[in-house]
Amino acid sequence: MDGNAPDFAAASLAALADPQLRGNFRRAMDGLMSKRAVQFADAGEWHGVRALAASVRLRALSKLPELLEKLEETCTRNGITVHWAATTDEANAIALDILHRVEAKLVVKGKSMVTEEMHLNAVLEKDGIEVLESDLGEYIVQLDGTMPSHIIMPAIHLNTKQIAHLFKRKIKDAESREDAAYLTDLARRVLRAKFQAADVGMSGVNAAVAETGTLCLIENEGNGRMCTTVPPVHIAFMGLEKVVEKLEDVPPVISLLPRSATGQPITTYVNMISGPRKPGEQDGPREVHLVILDNGRSGIYADPELRDTLRCIRCGACMNHCPVYTKVGGHAYEAPYPGPIGKILVPQIEGLAKRGAMPHACTMCNACVEICPVKIPIVEIMGRLRVEAVMPGGAVKDGGAQASRTEAMVWSGWAAMNASPTAYRFATAAMSKLGNAAPSSLPMLKEWTNVRTKPRFASRTLHDLARAKGIPDV
Amino acid sequence: MSDARTSILSKLRTTRDAHPLTPPVSDYAPIEAKQWPNEERLPRIRRLMEAVHTEFLDATEADWPAVLRDFLAREGVGSLLYAPETDAGKRLVEGWNAGSTTLIPYDRPLESLKPQLFDSIDAGLTTTRGAIAETGSLILWPTAEEPRTLSLVPHIHIALLRADALYDTFLQVMREQEWAQAMPTNVLLVSGPSKTADIEQTLAYGVHGPKRLIVLVVQP
Ligand code: SF4
Repeated sequence: MDGNAPDFAAASLAALADPQLRGNFRRAMDGLMSKRAVQFADAGEWHGVRALAASVRLRALSKLPELLEKLEETCTRNGITVHWAATTDEANAIALDILHRVEAKLVVKGKSMVTEEMHLNAVLEKDGIEVLESDLGEYIVQLDGTMPSHIIMPAIHLNTKQIAHLFKRKIKDAESREDAAYLTDLARRVLRAKFQAADVGMSGVNAAVAETGTLCLIENEGNGRMCTTVPPVHIAFMGLEKVVEKLEDVPPVISLLPRSATGQPITTYVNMISGPRKPGEQDGPREVHLVILDNGRSGIYADPELRDTLRCIRCGACMNHCPVYTKVGGHAYEAPYPGPIGKILVPQIEGLAKRGAMPHACTMCNACVEICPVKIPIVEIMGRLRVEAVMPGGAVKDGGAQASRTEAMVWSGWAAMNASPTAYRFATAAMSKLGNAAPSSLPMLKEWTNVRTKPRFASRTLHDLARAKGIPDV
Repeated sequence: MSDARTSILSKLRTTRDAHPLTPPVSDYAPIEAKQWPNEERLPRIRRLMEAVHTEFLDATEADWPAVLRDFLAREGVGSLLYAPETDAGKRLVEGWNAGSTTLIPYDRPLESLKPQLFDSIDAGLTTTRGAIAETGSLILWPTAEEPRTLSLVPHIHIALLRADALYDTFLQVMREQEWAQAMPTNVLLVSGPSKTADIEQTLAYGVHGPKRLIVLVVQP
C-alpha cells in the first residue's frame, strides 16, 4: 500500500466524464435493481426473512469470541488447520508459509474480498508464484491489470466489446469475437488447464458454521468448487465476522444473499466444506486451511455503535442502489470495498487520514439502508464517521484527520452568533447589507458555488419583516 | 501465530463484555411457513430449474438405466463416468449392453484420473438426497463411493432424483436429515448447470463446471 490518500473527488470527476463507463454502470445497475425487486415482491416474506437474517448476524456478534473458539475447535476436529492473523501482513505470511512448504508454483483462486484487502496476488507474484483468478469477472479484471469495480460483479465496468479486445490481446489464439458465449468458452479452456495443474486452490468464505466446522461458499460458475476440490491443498480466508452459530443459521443468509445481490433465487452452487479428503475418499484436497483475519475488525467490534458494520454479508445490494456509486462506478473509490458498505468499512479498517473522504461521498438518501438484507444502519454509521473525521479522540483510527481550521472557525463563529441576540441581530443585519458582495471564491462557499448558483440574501431580515407586521421581538 | 489468536480473542472478549449485546431471538417461522402440497413440489422444482437451462427426463425405478442409455445414445455421449460401488452404479452396469456410450468406473483416486477426467470424459452420473421446492435445488451428498468431481468436471452432469424425496426448504432438509449431527466432507446444493453473467450481464452457461445438467426423475 502506498501511503497516499486516494483522491475520491478527482477520481469521481474523471468517472463522470466517461460516457462509456456511465452507460455500462447505468445499464447494469438498473437491471440488478429490477431483478432484486422481483425477488422481494412479497413484502411480508421480505420483512420476516430479513428480521431472521439480521438476528442471525446479531446473535453471532453477541457471542463472537466464543463462536470463533468453537469454530476453531470443530474445524480442527474435522481436520481443517486454523490460522489467526491480526494484520494482512500476517495473513499473507501464513499463506506464503503453506505455499513454500508444499512447493507451490501455481495457485488458482475463487472470488474472495478478504484477499483483495490483503493484496495477496501482488504478494504471491512478488514471490514468483503464479496466481490465477478463476471467477470470470475477476479473471477479466486480472488480465486487464486493474481492480474489481463491484464486489459481486468485478468486471461490470467493461462491456462485451472491451472484453473481446482484451482477450484478443492477452490470450493466445483468441479470435476477435464480441460474443459472450464465445468469450466464456475461451476462458473455460484456459482455466480448466489451470485447475488441473494447480498446486493450491484458494477461496473466500460466505459463512463459517461454529456448530459443525463447516465453510459455506456460494457461487454460480463452479470455479469455487474447482478451487476447493481439485488442487491437493485448499486455503480459505475469512474476516473474523463471518462466523455463524448453527447450521440452521445458513438458510436465512443463503436465502437473502443471492436474491439481494443479483436477483437470483439461489446461486447455482452452494458448497458446504467440512474438512479435507477422508481415508477412503477419492477426491477433495488433502489439506484444508482456514485463515481467520482481524485487520481492524476487533477495533470495529469494540464500539457498540460501529459494531453493526460487521453484520454485512457482502451482497453488494447497497452499491446497486446507491446514487453515488451508480454514477461514478467502483474504481473511483480506489478501495477493496466500494459503495455504501465500503464508505463505512474501509475508513474503519484503513483509518480516516487515508479514507476520510469516503463517508462524505453520500447523499444520505437512505436507499442502502432500505435494501440492506441485514438492516445495517449504514447512514447513521456514516454520520458518526463524518464527525470522527473532524474530531480527534474518537474510536476510529486517525480521528480528526480531516479537521479544517477554517471550518472549525466558521462553525464556532456560527455557534457564538446564535448564542447571543445582539450578535445575531448584528450579523443578520450585516449579511443583508453586505452578504451579496461576498465573492463566490471564499473558502467553503467555493465548494457550494462550484456547482450551484450563489444564494442571494434578502435586503430585509425575517425579524424586520415580522416587526413590520406588528409581531414584537422577544 | 498463536499470539494473534490470543490477542484477537481477548480484545473481542474484553470489548464485548464492556458493551454486551443481548442475543436476539431468531424466529424461523418465515422460512418454516414456505410449504407446498405434495403434487406441486416437482412441477415447481422443474419450472425453477428449467428456467436456468436444466433438462429433465422421466423414468421409473424399473426403466431408468434404459431411459438414460437412450438419452446418451441420442445425444451422442461417448463416455459416462459412474460410481461403481453405489446401488445406482450397480443397477447401471447390469445389462448395459454398451451401445454407443462407454461406462467408466470412478474407482481410483482423483490424481490418477485427472487427465482423463478433464480431457476425455463426457458425462458423470450421481445420485441425490432429494431436491428443494423453494429454490429448485438438488441436494448432493458426495461420499467415498460417489466422489464430488463426478458432478463437477464432466461436461454433462446427470443426477438421479427420486420423486419421493422432495422437500420444501433447505432448512427443512437439514433438520429432517439431521445434518448438524454429522456433516460429510462436502455437501452441495446444485440448482442448474454452471453459469456466469460476468460479461455485460449476458447469461452464458458452462463456464467452469458442467455445461448441461440433466435431472433423471425416478418415480417409485
Ligand atoms: S451493507 Fe447490507 S446491502 Fe451492503 S453489502 Fe453488506 S449486507 Fe449487502
